[in-house]
Amino acid sequence: MSDNARLVNRPELLGILALAVLLVVILPLSLDVFRLNLVAKYLTYAFVAVGLVICWGYGGILSLGQGVFFGLGGYCMAMFLKLEASSPENTKIQSTPGIPDFMDWNQITSLPFFWKPFHSLTFTVIAIIAVPAFFAFVIGAAMFKRRVGGTYFAIITQAVAAILTILIVGQQGYTGGINGMTDLRTLNGWDIRPDHAKIVLYFFEVACLFGCIFIAQFIRRSKLGRILVAMRDKEDRVRFSGYSVANFKIFAFCVAAIFAAIGGAMFALQVGFMSPSFVGIVPSIEMVIYTAVGGRLSILGAVYGTLLVNFAKTSFSESFPELWLFGLGGLFIAVVLAFPNGLAGIWSDYVQPQVDKLLRKKSPKNGWTDASVADGAPAE
Amino acid sequence: MFGEYSIGDLGAIFAMQGFAGLILFSVYVLMALGLAIIFGQMGVINMAHGEFMILGAYVTWLTSSYFQTHLPSLFSGYFFVAMILAFIASGALGMLVEWALIRHLYKRPLDTLLATWGLSLILQQTYRSVFGAREVGVELPQWMMGSQQITDSIEVPINGIFVMCLTLLITMAVAYIMYKSRWGRQVRAVVQNRVMAGAVGINTERVDCYTFGLGCGIAGIAGSAFTMIGSTSPTSGQLYIVDTFLVVVFGGAASLVGTIASAFTISQAQSTMEFFMSGSMAKVLTLLAIVGILMLRPQGLFALKVRK
Repeated sequence: MSDNARLVNRPELLGILALAVLLVVILPLSLDVFRLNLVAKYLTYAFVAVGLVICWGYGGILSLGQGVFFGLGGYCMAMFLKLEASSPENTKIQSTPGIPDFMDWNQITSLPFFWKPFHSLTFTVIAIIAVPAFFAFVIGAAMFKRRVGGTYFAIITQAVAAILTILIVGQQGYTGGINGMTDLRTLNGWDIRPDHAKIVLYFFEVACLFGCIFIAQFIRRSKLGRILVAMRDKEDRVRFSGYSVANFKIFAFCVAAIFAAIGGAMFALQVGFMSPSFVGIVPSIEMVIYTAVGGRLSILGAVYGTLLVNFAKTSFSESFPELWLFGLGGLFIAVVLAFPNGLAGIWSDYVQPQVDKLLRKKSPKNGWTDASVADGAPAE
Repeated sequence: MFGEYSIGDLGAIFAMQGFAGLILFSVYVLMALGLAIIFGQMGVINMAHGEFMILGAYVTWLTSSYFQTHLPSLFSGYFFVAMILAFIASGALGMLVEWALIRHLYKRPLDTLLATWGLSLILQQTYRSVFGAREVGVELPQWMMGSQQITDSIEVPINGIFVMCLTLLITMAVAYIMYKSRWGRQVRAVVQNRVMAGAVGINTERVDCYTFGLGCGIAGIAGSAFTMIGSTSPTSGQLYIVDTFLVVVFGGAASLVGTIASAFTISQAQSTMEFFMSGSMAKVLTLLAIVGILMLRPQGLFALKVRK
């Protein structure tokens, strides 16, 4: 138990360091800027995956609507960038200069009221966190207080993802419609498009990701994380012990939503556009599969899972576009049927014992057990 | 928004839109019946349900092409053959899937969702490889074309009436199977208490397999009906899956009456609103209303009391 009192135990620290070396040293040195930007794009999804580990792996709340929060964060960022890109000088050929180009195409003549605060970067940064957290709180409070959970919750979050996508596509004048917000240029006067900006953004993103990993790790290690696991496995017993199950669930859901939103904002910065195709049902489910592949109980596993699935997706769809869907579908089924704890499970079941065997000769202390094993698989 | 129409116009609009809604209602009911059986009775979330429907649609398309080239004299009756074939094809695939995949996951309902989503991706790509990515449409026989004039401003298409009659028949058949037959009694026993049902000698595994097959088979028939109102492409099943799930959840998962009532409400609401605003806003409002109501009444309209 002494291990649990600390934020990270030694093997976890080693794991985090290994990931840090990979992301901060190895990848930037070995990849060109184009590939590094791809990695940066994948890592935006890793934020969502880490959030899902807390929400789904530990809390047992499967959300199929993380794309909603990814999208809300991304759109908040994109609105700020778009406003900056459509300054009156840049848009003087429009019939109404100073408003985003898609509004002009849709015969809107003045900036809608909810766009106006996005002139301010401070407001935008607050909104990236606050808007998704508010939505997650409303959805979570409405559902969990009434003890809706499990499959019902999954279906309703999916419906919310569908609603938001249809709304964004339908309200073309206010949101840019199906094309989304394109042609984003500067962040507070700093051009985000050239190569060196991409590299700076990449390191900023990695720093944020580690921030999220540490927050997730803290939640997992604290008493709160223990309650989440207990709640997932025996909800009634936790409730009878006097805990408010609904509040803990709302909290876990909000944390996952905020992480997803930060990922979305990073996405808008890195990729330079935001569109409804990252909001809907299909991307939301893909985000769940990243977590499932990495291991739903392992924070670092989720990051590796995200990178792996996306690398596979890019390379497969470059060379065999026909086969990609078979591969992805097969991956879903294989992970669920054979490896419910994903990569992290394979690591702790097959690789770790071998490593232990090698290490045991040197140190008399018994090998460590992976935290995911100690936490146990979700109750069946 | 009603201001610019007279009372008579409004009546005609509501009648026409209501009828258009009835066709949507038929597809919803057929889709949702299969899903309600699988989800309500077995607790399995079948995200590949839309793909089972599309399999039925492709079978219908193949049958119609076969009749056109080889048996043109019997073309007017091809639809009935197609329906039976669609039922058999989707049902057989369903039983295969249950045996290979679903049966290992009964204790993890959330995982069935991910696994069947993977299955749906595989099926979509299979359809794309086999039938091509383009949409295909079937040719209707002569007697199903045209429309019936009721008053000067109201006319209803014949294939719509046909689809509705079909839905009615299938719904009655399913109700009979579930509530009157010996097998249906076994299914309901398994739903209410799996362990006890097994203890009194019901082969629960076989019941599960047939139930899943029946649900998928009905989706196949839904696919046949679908060919009349839309064109079939590898991904068109996916568009309906969330709507159908909402229909099932809104109606109360284990209740067939609830499924029908909620399919009716949702399709009518959407179809009527579509006349007065854009299709996307109508859809958003409908979905929002459903989600709102579900938040107030999570167990759905008609809930069956089951001891958990």
